[in-house]
Amino acid sequence: MQNAGMNIEDKGGDKLVLHVGPQHPGSGHFRLIITVDGDYIVGAKPDPGYVHRGAEKMAEYRDYIQNIPHLERPVIIDATGVTLPYVLAAEKIIDVEAPERAQYIRMIMAELNRVISHLYWLGIYGIFLGHSTMFMWPMGDRELFIDLAESIGGTRVTFSYVVPGGVRNDMPTHFKERALKTFDYFEKRIEEYKKIFFNNPIMTARTESIGIMSQADAIKLGITGSNLRAAGIDSDTRKDEPYCLYDRVDFEIPTRKEGDSYARCIVRLEELQQSMNIIKQVLDLIEPGPIKQVIGGVMRGEPGEAFVRTEAARGTMFYHIVSNGEKYPYRVKISVPSFRNLIGMTHLLVGSKLADMPAIYWSLDYWPVEADR
Amino acid sequence: METFEEFVKRILTILFWLIIVLPIIIFPILFLVVGLLGIDVIIVNEILTAAIDPLKAIKLAERYGLGFSSTFFKIAVFPGFTFAALIATFTILYERKLLAKVQLRVGPLYAGRFEGILQPIADLFKLLGKELVVPEKADKMFFWAAPILSIGLAASLLSVIPLSPTIYIARSEFSLLIPFAILGFSPLVVLIAAWASSNKFAFIGGLRALHQLAAYEIPMLLSILGIVILTGSFDLMKIVEAQKDIWFIFPQFLAAIIFYITILSELERIPFDLPEAETEIVSGWLTEYTGMHFGLLQLGVYMKFYALALLFTLLFLGGWNGPAFLPPIVWLLGKLFFVITIIIFPRAVLPRLRMDQLIRIGWAWLIALSFINIFIAVIESSLGII
Repeated sequence: MQNAGMNIEDKGGDKLVLHVGPQHPGSGHFRLIITVDGDYIVGAKPDPGYVHRGAEKMAEYRDYIQNIPHLERPVIIDATGVTLPYVLAAEKIIDVEAPERAQYIRMIMAELNRVISHLYWLGIYGIFLGHSTMFMWPMGDRELFIDLAESIGGTRVTFSYVVPGGVRNDMPTHFKERALKTFDYFEKRIEEYKKIFFNNPIMTARTESIGIMSQADAIKLGITGSNLRAAGIDSDTRKDEPYCLYDRVDFEIPTRKEGDSYARCIVRLEELQQSMNIIKQVLDLIEPGPIKQVIGGVMRGEPGEAFVRTEAARGTMFYHIVSNGEKYPYRVKISVPSFRNLIGMTHLLVGSKLADMPAIYWSLDYWPVEADR
Repeated sequence: METFEEFVKRILTILFWLIIVLPIIIFPILFLVVGLLGIDVIIVNEILTAAIDPLKAIKLAERYGLGFSSTFFKIAVFPGFTFAALIATFTILYERKLLAKVQLRVGPLYAGRFEGILQPIADLFKLLGKELVVPEKADKMFFWAAPILSIGLAASLLSVIPLSPTIYIARSEFSLLIPFAILGFSPLVVLIAAWASSNKFAFIGGLRALHQLAAYEIPMLLSILGIVILTGSFDLMKIVEAQKDIWFIFPQFLAAIIFYITILSELERIPFDLPEAETEIVSGWLTEYTGMHFGLLQLGVYMKFYALALLFTLLFLGGWNGPAFLPPIVWLLGKLFFVITIIIFPRAVLPRLRMDQLIRIGWAWLIALSFINIFIAVIESSLGII
C-alpha cells in the first residue's frame, strides 16, 4: 500500500476510510471498510471471504457420514445447530428415520449448543462494549454447558454427534441430575448478569435505540433468527415447521418490538431461558429405547432432492441436498443466517456513530466463518 | 517453554559470568590505563569498590552530596521517581488481581512464589526484551519524544505533592495549583503520540483524548475551588492541616464525586476509556507503540494515577491525619490504597461510554454541579462550618 497512514487524499477526500479487520480487535475474520465523516459512518462496505473453505464443494467429494465433521467446522460453537439440518436432509435422501429417543437427544444437544453459542456471543458482546467482567462470566459459565454437552457428545466443541439414522451414542445415566443442577445454578447467574450488565445504565445508554431495524427492513433484508424476533416478528422454525419432536414441548418465542441492539440482547438472554426450559421438558419426556437405526453398508441416497430448514443459534439454517443415487451427494447447498445478517449490518451501520460500530456489529451475532462457509 | 524462574536463573548466570570476567580482565586493564594516565587511583578504587559494597556506596554518595537527605535522593528515589514508579507498577498488579477476583479468575499466579507478586518485574523484563518498532511513516522525533514526555510529565506532577509534614520534594505556596498546571500538558503528549504515529486509529484516539481531557479539566479545577474557599490557601500542607477535625469529603461531598469522576476521565479509565477503546479503534493513540515505548507510556499513565489518587487523598480524605499510634506516612498510604481501589473498581462493573454521552456529562452536568458546589462552599464558609 502506497498511501498508508495519515494520507487520506485517495481514500475519500475529506472523509477518513478505516479498514476494520481482518486484523482488528473489533472484527471477526472479515473486513469492514468504513468511511467516517467526523464521528458518523457514511459508508460501510463489508469484505467477507477470508475464511471461505468451500464447504459446499467439499461436501460433493465425501459420503453422507464423512460430511458431518467438516460441515460443522463453519460454526463450531453451534456444532449441532449446523449439522442437524444436514442430517435431517440426508435422512430424507437415504430414507431412514431416527428413533424417538434419538430425536429427543438431538433436541437436547441442539438446545445445549444454542446456550453455548449464545453465551459465547454474550461474552464477546460484553467486551465489545468494554465490560470485561461480562466477558469472563459468560465464558466461565459456558464451560458448565460445554461439560454437559461433552458428557453426551464426547468432545468439548466439535461433537459430530448427530448422524443419519440417530445419534452416535446414548446419554450418560445421571445426565438429568447434572443438567438440572447446572440449570438451577445458571438461573441465578442470569439474575446477576441482569444486575451487572443488562440493567446497567451505561449499557442501556449504549445500546437502546442504536441500530434500529424496522419490521419492514428485517423482512426485506431476509433477516432470520433472534434479530428478526427482536424486530417484533415471532418467527421461529421450531414452532412454524416443527422438526425432531419440537411439537411435543411447550415453549415461548421471545420477541421485542424495538428492533434495536438492546432488544436483540434481551431476546437472546430470554432464548437462553427458553432453551433450558425445553431441555427440562425433554428430560421428563424422554424414555429408554434404541438411539440409532443401523444402516448396513455405505449410505447411498435415492435420486432426488431434500430441503430442510431448522432453527440454529443464529437463525434459520437451510440445507438443500441433491442426490443422483451415488454414495456422494451431487450438490449440497447451505443457506446460512449470518450472510443475511451481514447485509443487515451494512444497512444498520450507515448513519450511526463510529463508537456504535461494535454495539451494532456484534448485536447481530454475525459469525464470519458461517457466512463464508 | 521458559518459566519466569528459569528466566531469572538465566539472567543470574549472565551476571555471574560478568562478575567473574570483571576482575580477571576488565579491572587490570582499567588500573593499567588509570596508572598510565596518572589519574588519582584512590577515587577510582572507591567507585569500583562501592559498586560491590552498598555501605561504601552510601558513604560515597553522601560525600558527593547525594545522601538520604539530599535533593537528588528526594527527586530520584524517595518520595520521588522510584517510589512513584514502584507504586505505579504494583498498582498494575493490584488492578489485575482485583479484576481477576471480581471476574472469578486467579490473575497473575506464577511469577513469584506468592500470588504472582513478581509479575510487574516479569512484565518489565518482557517489555525490555521487545523490539522497538517505529513505523516507517512516523514522525520519528515526536514518536520518540512522546513516551519520554509522558513519564516526565507524570513525574513532575509529584514534585510539590507532600507525603507527610516531613516527607516532600519541594514546598510551594501554590502546591495545589502546580499539579493542575502540569496536568494541562497531558493532552499535548497524547496529541503528539497520536499524530507522530501516522495511524488512522491513533489519530482518532488522539482527537478523542483531546476532546475528553479538555471537557474534564474544567470541572476538575472548579471542583477543588470549594476547598480553596474553605481553607483560603493553595498550599496542600495547609489544606491537609485544615482537615484535622473533619475531612473535606463530608462538607464537600459533591466536589469529591466530581473530582473522582474527572480522575477517571483524566486517566482514561473505564467508563471513560474512549481514547483506547479497543474494539472501536484498536488501541487508540497507543496503537503503534511497542516494547519499552509502550512500557514508558503505560508507566506514565500509572504514575499519573498515583499522583491523582494522592491528590484525592490529600484534598478529601485528610491526607496523613490520623491517630498518632501510626506514623503519618502509613495513614497516607492506607488511604491511598483505598482511593486506588475505588478508582480501579469501575473497570470491573461498567462498560464504555460513547463520545457524545461523555461530552454531555462533562460540559453539561459536571460543570454545572461544580458551580453549585462553589455556592455550597461559600455558604459553608460564611456559616463558619470549617
